[in-house]
Amino acid sequence: MMRLATLLATAACALAAPAAAQTFAVTNATVATGDGSEPIEGGYVVVENGAIAQVGRGTPSGNYSVIDAGGAWVTPGIFATVTNLGLWDVGAVSESNDSRAGNSPFSAALDVAPVVNPASQHILVHRAAGITRAATVTMPSASIFGGQGALIDLGADPQAISRPRAFQVVTLGERGGRIAGGSRAATHALLRNALREAGSYGDGARIPAGGARADLRTGDDLPIDPRLAGRETERAGDALLTRFDAAALVPVVRGEQPLYVYVERASDIRAALALTQEFPRLELVLVGASEGWLVADEIAAAGVPVIADGLDDLPANFEELAATQSNIGRMVKAGVKVAINAAAMENPRNLNQYAGNLVALTRIPGADGLSWGEAFAAITSVPASISGMGGKAGVLAPGATGDLVIWDGDPLEVGAMPVKVYIDGIEQPLDSHQSRLRDRYRDLDTSDLPKGYDW
Amino acid sequence: MQLTARAGAAMLRPDCIGGSMTRIALLACAAAFAVAGCSTTGGDGVASASAKDWSAPVGEDGRVPFASTYAPYPGRPTALTGATIYDGRGGMIENGTVLFREGKVVAVGDASLATDGYDRIDGTGKFVTPGVIDIHSHLGDYPTPSVQAHSDGNEATSPMTPEVWAEHSVWPQDPGFTRALANGGVTSLQILPGSANLTGGRSVTLKNVSARTVQGMKFPGAPYGMKMACGENPKRVYGGKGRMPSTRMGNFAVNRQMWLDAQAYDGKKRDLGKETLKGVLDGEILVHNHCYRADEMALVMDMAKEMGYKVTAFHHAVEAYKIGDLLRENDVCSAIWADWYGFKMEAYDGILENAAFLQREGACVVIHSDDENGIQRLNQEAAKAQAAGRRVGLDIPDAEVVGWFTYNAAKAMGIAEMTGSLEAGKMADVVLWNGDPLSVYSRPEKVWVDGALMFDAMDRRRRPVSDFELGQPGEGDVK
Repeated sequence: MMRLATLLATAACALAAPAAAQTFAVTNATVATGDGSEPIEGGYVVVENGAIAQVGRGTPSGNYSVIDAGGAWVTPGIFATVTNLGLWDVGAVSESNDSRAGNSPFSAALDVAPVVNPASQHILVHRAAGITRAATVTMPSASIFGGQGALIDLGADPQAISRPRAFQVVTLGERGGRIAGGSRAATHALLRNALREAGSYGDGARIPAGGARADLRTGDDLPIDPRLAGRETERAGDALLTRFDAAALVPVVRGEQPLYVYVERASDIRAALALTQEFPRLELVLVGASEGWLVADEIAAAGVPVIADGLDDLPANFEELAATQSNIGRMVKAGVKVAINAAAMENPRNLNQYAGNLVALTRIPGADGLSWGEAFAAITSVPASISGMGGKAGVLAPGATGDLVIWDGDPLEVGAMPVKVYIDGIEQPLDSHQSRLRDRYRDLDTSDLPKGYDW
Repeated sequence: MQLTARAGAAMLRPDCIGGSMTRIALLACAAAFAVAGCSTTGGDGVASASAKDWSAPVGEDGRVPFASTYAPYPGRPTALTGATIYDGRGGMIENGTVLFREGKVVAVGDASLATDGYDRIDGTGKFVTPGVIDIHSHLGDYPTPSVQAHSDGNEATSPMTPEVWAEHSVWPQDPGFTRALANGGVTSLQILPGSANLTGGRSVTLKNVSARTVQGMKFPGAPYGMKMACGENPKRVYGGKGRMPSTRMGNFAVNRQMWLDAQAYDGKKRDLGKETLKGVLDGEILVHNHCYRADEMALVMDMAKEMGYKVTAFHHAVEAYKIGDLLRENDVCSAIWADWYGFKMEAYDGILENAAFLQREGACVVIHSDDENGIQRLNQEAAKAQAAGRRVGLDIPDAEVVGWFTYNAAKAMGIAEMTGSLEAGKMADVVLWNGDPLSVYSRPEKVWVDGALMFDAMDRRRRPVSDFELGQPGEGDVK
């Protein structure tokens, strides 16, 4: 048995090259499974061949190499969505920053899969903060479409991509309006045209019958010209999209690839939800949704999940006038599946702090927050589920990937950090540029040699 | 959060140089004691200083311009009992009592303090701290909504604009003030010009009270600050326009010549910029210097010695941990974030242990926000920095960490004689937290400014709502 104190000591000298997937049990732990339930005291987790095999209270059945957590918290790894992890080194150093492509002739066709750098310092820093998986994507810049995002793991190995082309992103609202030509109306025309061009790109992509606009009828209004709602476009003479972009949108109109829609204002959310009347196969996910609480019942009825900004509470612009930290709590109360949006904070490693703040709201009269279990799920199992990894990531349950974090405290408390991180059952190194600077400057002693020799 | 400003923010931290989307700030240091009490901007506005008081030039009406009109709001004599009290200066009292009346702290002590004549508020299980102070804010000069028409923080038309005063850009209806009060317990804050310019202009220190005018918020008696910036921002902004400075050496050349010119100013003819610079040279106005890199901070401290002024605080000092000894020796505070890093080249070496390593050297630590969201969680940022210290064996007591966002900020803003700690005779700027302020699970329950209850989480009417939010969706929401 290895006590936590020993764990702490050994964490400092983590191996540079991780070993193969391990089989072991962590016992005497406070286990938070990530599924929304409250933590289990005196719990255990068994990892076998890189996957979770058992979770429970007491002692596991079977004979395993045992790590006694000494009561420490054990959780699944945090799942960060949406991020640009692996796409940049220094934000303002443009040549090191691949997170947007403002001068590209392509948009929906952009694909981060060949671009993600597993050795990025930000991947290292966030791995050490307990984030084991993420959705990462380029942001809309030249077009309302941002491109195709990938699911990645943050393991110290060359293979970061666990699922390429996992979703497409599009921005509506104020930002989309500016990009599309200066008005939200331009956004909607551009989006519909793009989806119809993609829909004409092969039989399998055709928009199903019945996919007509269900507009308000006042009795004397002009009907929509059939060519605006039709199932065909004449690609050769009427194409706005490049061939690549149209092809990239085919899985979106087929409903095989979720469409992440960046949208904030209540009326823009309604307009986004209405897209499925016209394009029935769309798998929508709302991102941002600062005014989601105003239309929470409609979002819930549509069965559309939300990746919501966690703590926005200011009218940062005219599409977020109703922003409140209670947004997520109110949407969850209405039955919406909500994950906390990592893109809405300086660093995704603050996801746990944001989740903890939502717990704090439960003690404020008039506010709506989340229980501890709900809040932790909003940064683990829920984003994993929205990303198509339900039951596989963000949760400690038999059959899930062996992503496991042992913490030095309550993982939602400010300042909590991992003692050990496992991805696919492999213990991970926790070093980075930051940890090396920390070690060098533990003192300022240069009496024998300059700091340059302290490494 | 907006896609452009924030998803991008994950990597591109606003920096106060461009429009409303790029704010980052940087200030620097306040020094403090030397200048406390020198201001003449408060009170009845009648100038009491001599003609040499550059900080408060006298107008044709014989008064200092734009004088504070703030006066404390009515309050009840109040006794907070049974709570854990952090006094802001490293003291902690369990089951303590805080008494205040007529705007002032009367006594701080244990349960034996008599509370006769006071309204008693049972603080059992709760915590009391001084009002939170943010030394680096752009509320009002980069208000929300963050539209271009509100982008008033950078007079980015010249690398030296000591003549501008931030108070002339502050919009008192910025909803951000109300969030800082209700969610962050912020009672005082310094509003700075941005960091596009080497010399950005005068700052203003405010009481966080709802007001129709900025004069109605100005902290009576607070000294002025002057914003300076080194490093990437000024050389990028002006180099990009084909003007000097375009390099770091250009930054220093422009700065040094500015100081030489200021030294030669004789005051015979009024000159707004020179008045501010003279105020700095005379120690009446505090220099808050945005500066990230350790080597640059060392150069700035030498420049200050050469020219005869003092840097009070380096702001955004992400590399301060590399020179904690120098900063201690020069008595310069470091105003820092807990964990922002990597958004620009000069922020690449940011580490979580910055505050703890400075504390280890005996240097002054201030936790700042530079952000309308971060200002709502300065207590949490401090707790993160404390935890990072603990992991490397530096155990900094909670009571000292509370000082990072109360007393130390006040000291660096030159207002520590008046606020920033719970001591008899000081302003009754007080927060009652519903739990440990260094926990993510705690929030301000009540906030008093000068003894007046300005926020009460238990009373939905006792929260300010800005003009802008009236009649809008979510008016009066808990936010």
